[in-house]
Amino acid sequence: MSAPRGRGGNRLKAARLSPRDVAHVGSSGLRSRPMRVVLSALGIAIGIATMISVVGISASSQAQLLRELDKLGTNLLVASPGESMFAGEEVKLPEESVGMVGRIKGVQDVGATADLNATVRRTEKVDEDDTGGIAVKATTADLLRVLRGEVGSGSWLNAATGRYPSVVLGHVAAERLGITEPGRQVWLGDRYFTVVGILDPLPLAPEIERSALVGWEGAKRLLDFDGHPTSVYERSADAAVEDVRKVMAATVDPQNPQNVKVTDPSSALRAKAATEGAFSSLLLGLGGIALLVGGVGVANTMIISVLERRYEIGLRRSLGATRGQIRIQFVTESLMLSGLGGLAGVALGAAATGVYAHSGGLPWVVPLWAVGGGFGATLAIGTVAGLYPAVRASRLSPTLALHAA
Amino acid sequence: MSTGTTTGPAPHPRTVVALTGVTKEYPGPVAALRGVDLTVEEGELLGIVGPSGSGKSTLLHIIGTLDRPTAGSVHIAGHDVAALSDRRLSALRAQHVGFVFQAFHLVPGVSARDNVAEGLLYSGLSRAVRRRRAADALARVGLADRLDHKPHQLSGGQRQRVAIARAVVGEPALLLADEPTGALDSASGAAVMELLRELNREGATIAVITHDTEIAAQLPREVRIRDGQVVADVTHGLAATAGAEL
Repeated sequence: MSAPRGRGGNRLKAARLSPRDVAHVGSSGLRSRPMRVVLSALGIAIGIATMISVVGISASSQAQLLRELDKLGTNLLVASPGESMFAGEEVKLPEESVGMVGRIKGVQDVGATADLNATVRRTEKVDEDDTGGIAVKATTADLLRVLRGEVGSGSWLNAATGRYPSVVLGHVAAERLGITEPGRQVWLGDRYFTVVGILDPLPLAPEIERSALVGWEGAKRLLDFDGHPTSVYERSADAAVEDVRKVMAATVDPQNPQNVKVTDPSSALRAKAATEGAFSSLLLGLGGIALLVGGVGVANTMIISVLERRYEIGLRRSLGATRGQIRIQFVTESLMLSGLGGLAGVALGAAATGVYAHSGGLPWVVPLWAVGGGFGATLAIGTVAGLYPAVRASRLSPTLALHAA
Repeated sequence: MSTGTTTGPAPHPRTVVALTGVTKEYPGPVAALRGVDLTVEEGELLGIVGPSGSGKSTLLHIIGTLDRPTAGSVHIAGHDVAALSDRRLSALRAQHVGFVFQAFHLVPGVSARDNVAEGLLYSGLSRAVRRRRAADALARVGLADRLDHKPHQLSGGQRQRVAIARAVVGEPALLLADEPTGALDSASGAAVMELLRELNREGATIAVITHDTEIAAQLPREVRIRDGQVVADVTHGLAATAGAEL
């Protein structure tokens, strides 16, 4: 038989859905069941929120350290005696090394400390061996400026107090001695010294935090100090740091430069910042598991949604939807479901980071890559979770789907 | 060949449905359809009537291209269904076939206008055009004042009219109505049948699938199905229609 002619002989071509129409059909299932949307997006939200806050909190801590580092400067170098080539021999730096370092081109400030063979105790009645790990050091007056340190209470040693039995305590040393304010006396060497000041924390020089500092001249006069420094601290222009480092050992001890060790205290702080930035992989793993469980929840919801809406699928097929259009409807729905969870998770994670940062006085940092990565992960999960249900939906026979109603 | 379709420049109106030797077998011993021949010309209004289990639902699915026959050929609006991919078959439904279901199948919580516009969703028309045509279609079925009513605010008869508007909004070559009055009281059912007759007078080709011989008897043409075969194909003429209305 002849094929009956078609209407105007037009070709059959399935029309494309516009992106807006795709969004419309994809969201229709969500709009009709808001409670289910909230519950199934919650899993994804918790996972993303965990990951964002883990990354955000470590990034905030790191930013705080870097900010601190910036304030303290990275242009400080310390010269101290290294290991002697002859075991057991005590190595000292030459007396004139402080002045020599001060004449290196680019050096702005120089200070020095010298370890003293003395102990500091709260009273003379405390056992001599009970030092509490506090070192006694002679210090030049410039040390505080080189370290950019601050005196917490009292005052720093000056030319006058430096000559007399006066002592300034690092904040750890003060804590261990139980001294909270200047004016108290401590037993140092074989006499009482007056505490004239207590320092604030010195992140670049933890050894000073644990020291009792006596003036250079006073130490010579009262504690048999020979005038040889143990550590020379210098602060230079940022651009000159490398040049200074090259010549420092030879300047400090021209005869035995190999005995001088030059260190950069800020490098330790930088290393600490790097470890702070390395977020806890355990917490991150937990977030990943929550995300995975959330994805399973979305897949579950989608499968139920397809079963419930067999009739709607049949109707859409009868209205002319292709299998591909049914697939894209359900994948879109899944994407929206997990995308909503992802958005909520990013907001929650950023808020949690904000609360943590605010309470700890840290800067609030949520790395953009974490936000982008987290959201990308939800979209990937949404696609994977929606694919199987969507394929099932598209394979439903339209007649079966209609009779299921 | 049971019908008068011929080759050549026929003066006949265009053929909308042409089934030849259509057989549909499901797993099991009984065939749902056994060698059905059926031709529907443009502008016809016919009833396909049979008791439950007679195969009329299967016939509806095959005419509506929701299902394919095991044997025989199906041409809908000039297209050989067997030769079409799923995509093209979907396009055929979108462009040429409108369905009306016993249970209306409207989307709850969505206005009558948007429900009707959904009938054009897969046609490639813009949203604005879909909505405008939806309003026109609702006016055609007498619901111009119910555009923004949600399904739950409408009576059963009104809901079925919305469903009919959704089926005709795309100007399909064929309107398939599956027990359109099955869920309605007799007054609403009569009104729906009258609407279908009116649409037919305006030019729509309509096939009503029903188990109700009374309804079928009111239609100009009646195809009776039993045990998967066409047992009678009766043309009533206008008197029958007029008589039923009295």
